[in-house]
Amino acid sequence: MTAALGRFLILASVLVSTCGAFVAFAAAKKQSIDGLRWARRFAYAFAGFMAIATFVMEYALIVHDFSVSYVAQVGSRSVPLWVTIVSLWSSLEGSILFWGFILGLYIAGSTWLTRNEGTDYVPYAIGTWLSCASFFGFLIAGPANPFLTVPAQPDGPGPNPLLQNHILMVAHPPFLYLGYVGMTIPFGFACAALLRGRLGHALLRPLRASLMLPWIFLTIAIMLGGWWAYEVLGWGGYWAWDPVENASLLPWLTATAALHSAIVLERRGVLKGWTVTLIQSSFLLTILGTFMTRSGVFNSVHSFTQSSIGPTILVFLAAATIFSIVLLALRIDSLEAEGRIEGAATREGMFLVNNLLFVLLTFTVLIGTVFPLIVEAVNGKQMSVGRPYFDSMVVPIGAVLLFLIGIGPALPWGRTSRRQMVRSLIPPFATGVIAAIAGYAFGVRNNWTLLTLGFGGYAAHVTLVQLWKGGSKSLTRGRRRFGSYIVHGGAVIVLVAIAVSSTMKTQHETLLSRGESAQIGAYAITFLGSEDRTEPNRQSTIARFAVTKDGKPVATMEPRMNQYVRMREPIGTPDVHSTIAGDLYLSLQNLDVANGRVAVLMIFTPMVGWIWFAVLMMGLGGVIALIPQRAVTKTETAESRVSAPALERA
Amino acid sequence: MKQSRVFLIVALAVAAVGFAIITTSGISKNLVYYWTPTDITHAGDKAYGATIRLGGQVAPGTVHMTNGGSGLEFDVTDRRTTVHVRSTGSPPQMFREGIGVVVEGTMIRGGYFQSDRLMVSHNNEYRAPKEGQKIDANDVIRTTKGLQ
Repeated sequence: MTAALGRFLILASVLVSTCGAFVAFAAAKKQSIDGLRWARRFAYAFAGFMAIATFVMEYALIVHDFSVSYVAQVGSRSVPLWVTIVSLWSSLEGSILFWGFILGLYIAGSTWLTRNEGTDYVPYAIGTWLSCASFFGFLIAGPANPFLTVPAQPDGPGPNPLLQNHILMVAHPPFLYLGYVGMTIPFGFACAALLRGRLGHALLRPLRASLMLPWIFLTIAIMLGGWWAYEVLGWGGYWAWDPVENASLLPWLTATAALHSAIVLERRGVLKGWTVTLIQSSFLLTILGTFMTRSGVFNSVHSFTQSSIGPTILVFLAAATIFSIVLLALRIDSLEAEGRIEGAATREGMFLVNNLLFVLLTFTVLIGTVFPLIVEAVNGKQMSVGRPYFDSMVVPIGAVLLFLIGIGPALPWGRTSRRQMVRSLIPPFATGVIAAIAGYAFGVRNNWTLLTLGFGGYAAHVTLVQLWKGGSKSLTRGRRRFGSYIVHGGAVIVLVAIAVSSTMKTQHETLLSRGESAQIGAYAITFLGSEDRTEPNRQSTIARFAVTKDGKPVATMEPRMNQYVRMREPIGTPDVHSTIAGDLYLSLQNLDVANGRVAVLMIFTPMVGWIWFAVLMMGLGGVIALIPQRAVTKTETAESRVSAPALERA
Repeated sequence: MKQSRVFLIVALAVAAVGFAIITTSGISKNLVYYWTPTDITHAGDKAYGATIRLGGQVAPGTVHMTNGGSGLEFDVTDRRTTVHVRSTGSPPQMFREGIGVVVEGTMIRGGYFQSDRLMVSHNNEYRAPKEGQKIDANDVIRTTKGLQ
C-alpha cells in the first residue's frame, strides 16, 4: 500500500516536470506570461510530489514496513532511530529519491525567488530545471525505484555498517547532495543566458547567488567527507585521491573558477561565454560524479551495466553534455564582450591566471580519475593511478593558487603604475618570509611546506589588510567582498594546514601488553586493558589507554573494534585526542583479548584539526557574501552603475 | 588584433601539449596494477619494482609472525599460482588463514613480494563466508578497492 502510494507520487512528479518543461520552453518562445505562470505551478507541483514521496519513504522506514523494497534493503529493527531516519541516503535508491527531494526544494525556491521577473529569461531557466527534474523522476520511477512491492520480511539487514559507525555520516551526504543538486540551478540560468542570447546584470545576480549556495554546501561536504574518513577509516589520513573523493572535488574546482570569472564579468563585461562554460561544466561534473560513485563503474567497467542505473545516468550525462556543447557553439557569439582586459599585471589578469589554474587542476584530477576506467574498457586490465601522481601535480598548482590569493587582491583593477605595484606587493613579502622562518624554527624542512608557509604568510597579510579595510563598512556596503576575504582567509589556513599536516606527521606502530607504555613525540600512552560493550546493533571491544604529555596525564583514549550484526569482519574506530597544535590518533590494528595484547597505530599529526574549522570559515564567508544587501542605498546603486557602465547596456 | 589571436591560439596549443605530456608521464610513472598471483608470474620482469596490488587468498598453514609480531609472512594464492609475501606491521584484526587479502607492494628479486600495506577484503554485501568457499582474486581486489 505504502509502496503503491510512493510509486504513484513519483509518476505524478515525472508527469508534472515533463509537462512543466514543455510549457516553460513554449512560454519562453512566445514570451507568454500566462505560460510562465503555468510553468511555475508545475515547478511547485514537482517539488510537492517529491517532498511527499520522501516523507512516505521516511514513514515506511520508521514504521519498518518491510513490504517496501528499499526498507527491506536497508531497514532493521535493531538499529537506533537516528540510523533508521538517515538510512534514506544510506543506499543507492533512497539517495536518488533524496536527490529528487532536494532538487524539488531548489527548483521551488528558485522559482519563488524569481517570481517578480518577467518572461525574459526565467522560463528558459525553469524549462531547463524541469528537464533535469523529469530525468531524475524517470530514474526514480524506473531503474532506481525504491518503492517496489516485495514480500514482507520480519526484519531487514540494516544500512551499511561503515555508515552507522560515525555521526558525521549523518551530515556528509545531505551536504554533498545540497552541493551537487544545487548546481542544476546555475546550470539553468547559464542555459537561459545562451538561449536568450544575453547575459546582463539582471541575470548575473541570480546566476552568482545560485552558484554560491551550492558552492558553500559542496565546500563543507568535501571537508565532512575527509573528516569522516579520518575519524572512521583508521589509517590516519583524510584524503586518498579515491574516485569518490575526486568526484566531489571536480565540480567544486570548476564552480570556484566560475565564481571568480563572474566577478570579472561583473566588473569588466568580459568572459561571458567562459563563465557560462564553467557553470555548465560544474553541472556536468556533478552528473559525472554521480555516475562514477553510484553506478559501481569503479568496481568493474564491464559489470556496471548489470544495473540499469549506471547506463541511464550515462545517457543523461551524454545528452546534457551534447546539449551544452551545441548550445555553446550556436550561441556563444551572442554573448558579446563589452570591455577588455587591460593587461597581465592587473587584478583581472590575476583572475585569468586563477581560472587557468583551476581548470588545470580539474583536468589533472579528472584524467587521473578516469584513466583506469579507459584502460579497463580498452584492454580489460585493472589498475589505478597512484597517489604520487595526484600529489606531484596538485601540490605545485595549489602553491601557486595560494600565492595568487596574496597577489590578486593586492593589485588594483585596470592599468597599474609600477610604483603602485611595488607599494602594494612588497610589505606582505616580509610577513611571508617571517612565516617561513617561523616554520623552519618549528622544525619544518620540507621545501614545499616552507614555500607554502611563505606564500601563506604573504596571502594572510594581504587578506587581513583587505578585511581591515572592508571591516568598518562591511555591514552596510561591500558585504560580498568582506565575505570573499573571509573565504580567502579560510582557504589560506586550509592550504597551510594541509601542507603541514601531510609532511610533519609522525607515526609509529607498536605492540603492547597490559600496563606497557609507548612514546610518540611528547606523548606517552599506557595500555590499561580492554572491555566489551554490547549495543543493540553492534558489539564493541574497547581498548583503554592512559595518555600523558610531558609526564602529565591529559586524556584517556578508547579506540575500539565494532562488530556489527550481519557483518563478518569488525570495523575499527580510532580515537582522536585533538589539540590546537595537533592530533594524537590511536587506531587498533588488532586486539588479543585473551592474552591482553594490542597492536596499535599511533599517529601525531600537527594542525590537522585546523582544516575542518578553516573550511567551516570558508563556508561562513560564503554565507556572508550571499546574504542579500537589504539596505541598498541610492548612492550605492549609482556607484555600481558607474563601476559597470557597460553591463547596463546589455 | 588578428596576429595576437593567432599568437594566443599557438600559445594555448603549446601549453595544452605540454600539460598532456606532463600528465601522461606522471600517470605512467605512478600506475598501481591490480594483479593476481598468476598475473605476477606472467608479468615476469615487469613485476620487479612496479607498484602492485596483489589479491588472493591467504594459503592455509603458511602464516607465521616474524620480528616478535611486528612482521608477517604468508603465501597468497589464487589456487593456480602462489606468491610468498613478506609484510611489515601488525595484521588487521580479521586477518587469518583462508581469508581474502590485498597486499600492496612490489616483487623483490629474492623471489618474494614485499608488502607495506595489508588489507582484508571488505565485503559490504554481508554475505557470510561459506566453509571452503573459493576466492576469486579479482573479486577480492574489487571488493577491497577504495577502502583504505
